[in-house]
Amino acid sequence: VTVVEQPPALATDPATAAAYRERSARLRAASHEDAARELAAIATGIRADVIRMIARAGMGHVGGDLSVTDILVTAYHGVLRLDPEAPEAPQRDRFVLSKGHCAAALYATLASAGYFPRAALDLFMAPLSPLNGHPNRVKVPGVETNTGPLGHGFPVATGCALAAVKGGHDWRTVVVLGDGELQEGSNWEAAMTAAHYELAPLTAVVDRNRLQQGARTEDTKTLEPLADKWISFGWEQRDVDGHDHAALLQALAPSTTGKPVAVVAHTIKGKGVSFMEDRVEWHHKVPSPDQVRQALRELGQEDGQ
Amino acid sequence: VSSATAAATAPAEETYDCRKDFAAELAELARADERIVAVCNDSVGSSNLVGFREEFPDRLFNVGIAEQDLVGVGAGLANAGLIPFVCAAAPFLTGRALEQIKADVAYSERRVVLCGQSPGMAYGELGPTHHSIEDLSWTRAIAGLPVVVPAGPRQTRAAVRWAAATDGPSYLRIPRYAVPEVSVPDEEFTPGRAIRLTDGDDVTVVAVGTMVSRALRAARTLAAEGIGLRVLNMPFVHPLDTAAVVAAAGETRGIVTAEEGTLSGGLGAAVASVVAEHRPVPMRLLGIPGVFAPTGSTTFLLEHFGLTADGIAAAARDVLARHGA
Repeated sequence: VTVVEQPPALATDPATAAAYRERSARLRAASHEDAARELAAIATGIRADVIRMIARAGMGHVGGDLSVTDILVTAYHGVLRLDPEAPEAPQRDRFVLSKGHCAAALYATLASAGYFPRAALDLFMAPLSPLNGHPNRVKVPGVETNTGPLGHGFPVATGCALAAVKGGHDWRTVVVLGDGELQEGSNWEAAMTAAHYELAPLTAVVDRNRLQQGARTEDTKTLEPLADKWISFGWEQRDVDGHDHAALLQALAPSTTGKPVAVVAHTIKGKGVSFMEDRVEWHHKVPSPDQVRQALRELGQEDGQ
Repeated sequence: VSSATAAATAPAEETYDCRKDFAAELAELARADERIVAVCNDSVGSSNLVGFREEFPDRLFNVGIAEQDLVGVGAGLANAGLIPFVCAAAPFLTGRALEQIKADVAYSERRVVLCGQSPGMAYGELGPTHHSIEDLSWTRAIAGLPVVVPAGPRQTRAAVRWAAATDGPSYLRIPRYAVPEVSVPDEEFTPGRAIRLTDGDDVTVVAVGTMVSRALRAARTLAAEGIGLRVLNMPFVHPLDTAAVVAAAGETRGIVTAEEGTLSGGLGAAVASVVAEHRPVPMRLLGIPGVFAPTGSTTFLLEHFGLTADGIAAAARDVLARHGA
């Protein structure tokens, strides 16, 4: 019998949280170009964290983690009004990662904001760890709902936005969806509900990396014309380069039409690591030690550590 | 286990559609607590929410015919601090949205009250697509999800009050098929607690929902034969009152279970697993034995599957005979 000590519950990292509050207020006030420079630096650090986490765990979904990183960083550090020291504050903005298999990128982002210490990332998928392969709100501060099975986060986010609109609250809800995930019908149920109730404070971001687990989305089940789908469902639709932080800041701005906003973020699966980019096998392949060193060097970690 | 023998000896003749009591209690609670909202899947009428909509037009959310969205939206409303009563016909709520119930509600520990309307074979001739005989098995298998089966109007109201006051998820199975009132003291409505309706010590019947009044009639029939039937009402199929089951196995000579649902994994299976582990005694499990029901009214189908007072009495005699053999 292997006896594993229960890791302590995750708690806020006050110094990082304080720095986060100061920085995010500054970035939200800055020009998009100025903010983008800082966001890019944060994103690079998170990509390196993701590589280390997956290498240590020997498991993970590296391709999607790297495609969604810039969306996560822009939302958390440049858009959403959050206080990592009060993760359940009633008037907080809500962020839902519907593509829950990209938990590593979410955890690294939450740690970068101080929801818990960055050192806890070492626990990713370790026995008894709060950092499960898919996010659990009960164990991880900052997670709004448990995701993992696809097609779940969007209806929940719709409920959050519905409560905001009906209750006269001014919080926003941002949900990030995988593109392959849109093959789940529950998403389109939520898309109809959000349009019907005119949920302007709801933004759905599609991480459009064009790959799913086994093949390209368009070779699996065609998603295009994707923009037309959102428009026909009654949404305000925006296209954006999902790795351009300045463009993402603009795309994540509030609705201008009174309709919910769908942002199709055009991304590259495996972004930032040359040999992973746009390659289907890196959906959940684990890099070898040599590949880890190369990946970290490409991400500016000079010593490859 | 608690005893309510005196109160339970003579159920009234009149019968009730418990959905009305569900709706009346919900409206009463909503008047006092503005966090309470209702969510439905076009089932405003069949969930008996027309009055709620008239009184609280801004607190009834109809997501259309979309049960996965229904449950997910309910979890999102709970995230925002509301107390959603998520209503749909039981077969579609539990069958279509089972993964949402698991992941968004139970695993996410959200205060969502799932209200399965018209369960069991309440839809009669509409057939097995509209029957909800699997819901107790499915929901009972989900960790951390209390499963509540009221037996009559008063217990329905108690279930609604309990769920509204409980900071966590729950599944309520709201009867539609008309049942007599079963006089059960409200204060005895407690999670994990059976309610002893008669004090017999020959055989025990554990019954839920529509089967409770039938079990009480069986008790009267058997009493005339000199057989004492202990009727345990088990409104919480989960968490089950294991102590009451173990006591019944020790103090009576066998156990019958009765439920309007499949025998694969429901109340009977729950009781049987406790009996097998702790105190094996002869058992008979009454329910729907792994088949889709033929065409027929609810009354016809309950008779077809032996889910009647006579069926319960016969099963009790059988258990007694096997105990003696």
